[in-house]
Amino acid sequence: MSEITALRGSVAETIGTPTVVTDVVTMVGRSLRLSRRNLEVLLVSLMLPVILMLMFVYLFGGAIDTGAAYVSYVVPGVLVLCAGFGSATTAVSVSQDMTNGVMDRFRSLDVSGAAVVSGHVAASVVRNAASTVLVFVIAFAIGFRSDADILGWLAAGGVLLMFILAISWLAALVGVIARSPEAANGFTFFLMFLPYASSAFVPIDTMPGWLQGFSRHQPVTPVIESVRGLLDGTPVGNSPTLALAWCTGILVVSVALSVVAFRRRTA
Amino acid sequence: MAEEWAIEASGLEKSYGPVTVLDGVDLRVRRGTVFALLGPNGAGKTTLVRILSTLVRPDAGGARVAGFDIAVDRQRVRRCISLTGQDVAVDGLQTGAENLRMMARLAGLSRPQARRRTGDLLAQFGLASAAQRRVANYSGGMRRRLDLAAGLVGSPAVIFLDEPTTGLDLPSRQAMWQVITDLVRTGATVFLTTQYLQEADQLADQIAVVNAGAVVAQGSPADLKSQIAEQRLELTLTDGLAFEDVTRALGARVVSTDPSRMSVGVATDGSAVHVRGVLDEVDPGGRAVRTFAVHAPTLDDVFLALTGHATTTSTNTTNTESEPAHV
Repeated sequence: MSEITALRGSVAETIGTPTVVTDVVTMVGRSLRLSRRNLEVLLVSLMLPVILMLMFVYLFGGAIDTGAAYVSYVVPGVLVLCAGFGSATTAVSVSQDMTNGVMDRFRSLDVSGAAVVSGHVAASVVRNAASTVLVFVIAFAIGFRSDADILGWLAAGGVLLMFILAISWLAALVGVIARSPEAANGFTFFLMFLPYASSAFVPIDTMPGWLQGFSRHQPVTPVIESVRGLLDGTPVGNSPTLALAWCTGILVVSVALSVVAFRRRTA
Repeated sequence: MAEEWAIEASGLEKSYGPVTVLDGVDLRVRRGTVFALLGPNGAGKTTLVRILSTLVRPDAGGARVAGFDIAVDRQRVRRCISLTGQDVAVDGLQTGAENLRMMARLAGLSRPQARRRTGDLLAQFGLASAAQRRVANYSGGMRRRLDLAAGLVGSPAVIFLDEPTTGLDLPSRQAMWQVITDLVRTGATVFLTTQYLQEADQLADQIAVVNAGAVVAQGSPADLKSQIAEQRLELTLTDGLAFEDVTRALGARVVSTDPSRMSVGVATDGSAVHVRGVLDEVDPGGRAVRTFAVHAPTLDDVFLALTGHATTTSTNTTNTESEPAHV
């Protein structure tokens, strides 16, 4: 009989009280481990931002006149663009869990949907933070210069973090709603294209008139303007306020809809 | 927890759109026993498991699992059960040990407890040497074993296994049977679904046969086998005249006929005495029967015997569940 005791733990072990905190921490650990070991995810989240930056600076940069070193102009755009690319990874991983037996297992262990999704969002934020640091390191090496003081850097980091958090939750929402990982991947396309129609890569006044209205008033532009201005040490006007307002709005709506959609999908 | 019944369900109904998946299911499972839900693809087995494990709400009817109402006391039910579905629910990019530790933490074990429990379970399931390998590199049988182990980290009182052996080779299947037998010896209740009569017969104390969302028979394997032919003697006859004569002579004992192949099936215990007796009886002249064969009963035989008609869907496909997408 001693052999089979392993099948059932001792009585003391059966009286565990799982807490929400334990669940969230465990799920964050899982998502981080999974993304660290997924080569494709690592390439998209770490290599792609650097490659895109080099591409913009050395291939397109020569033809774009922004009045200063293009690398300094384009870094915020690259970071925002890559948050968009990263959102596909997040949406797909959430969707994989939603469409796979593992969600039944989690739910039968009474793990909340919010804990599972938070794990993916946290992993997404960490991936983006890592790629941001990497981009800055390479950017400095190829001529990026900043006149910002420590407060400027912190403020820029804060705006970026808020944007990444909002985009990650939006991506998670897509993952919860999508019927398949492929569909989730497709839905995130618009997130990848939004930065192109902003001041991320070219000044907005070089765009055709009909596009300028959209470009000026979409959420990515105030994020870009804030980060660029804060790092340049130039006046940023109301851009940070606008950026935070957009990000908070996206965040609140995404979290709320995710919770509702999760309940619906798993009812 | 001195309840006699681990599971009591009554009048469970569930439809997905116009498709009725469960049409009033009643069943009771005694504590510390193995209960097998036997049925073909699309019979509603998975839906029933998902309702009893609180993942899906029934349209009508109710159930108590481990003494708690599945509608009112969801959380308490979840503390007492585990579910191992048809899809393997472990992460390929985590090692076996990491998967189990994660599940143990989610089940409420402390870190040291989780580590100890993981070690015990890996050893028990013969996975100790693969503990530090990523699950993506496991064989199908190893993955299933790990999946089952992951369902056991919280020492559940009621264990739901949805087709635990589908797609496994014979040694893996037998290993799984041994685990299930051991689980029950520790006092757990096991509720499993299967398409294999032999599996239900081998493991279960009680079997419920389901077809098209309804329980068509319920009882111990012995009860059910007394209702169905344990084995079938199939006589292939020389011509149409012999076919008619033999069919008439056997009368109510005929369990199947196939006029196109001129064959008649009759229940047998497979013994030489019985087979010889039947042959002598229907064919004293030794000319009517061309060949004979003894078949073990299939799920189709069970349905034929219990419901008078064959299964609603083919039982040949063993890997695809044709129930509505349960997401």
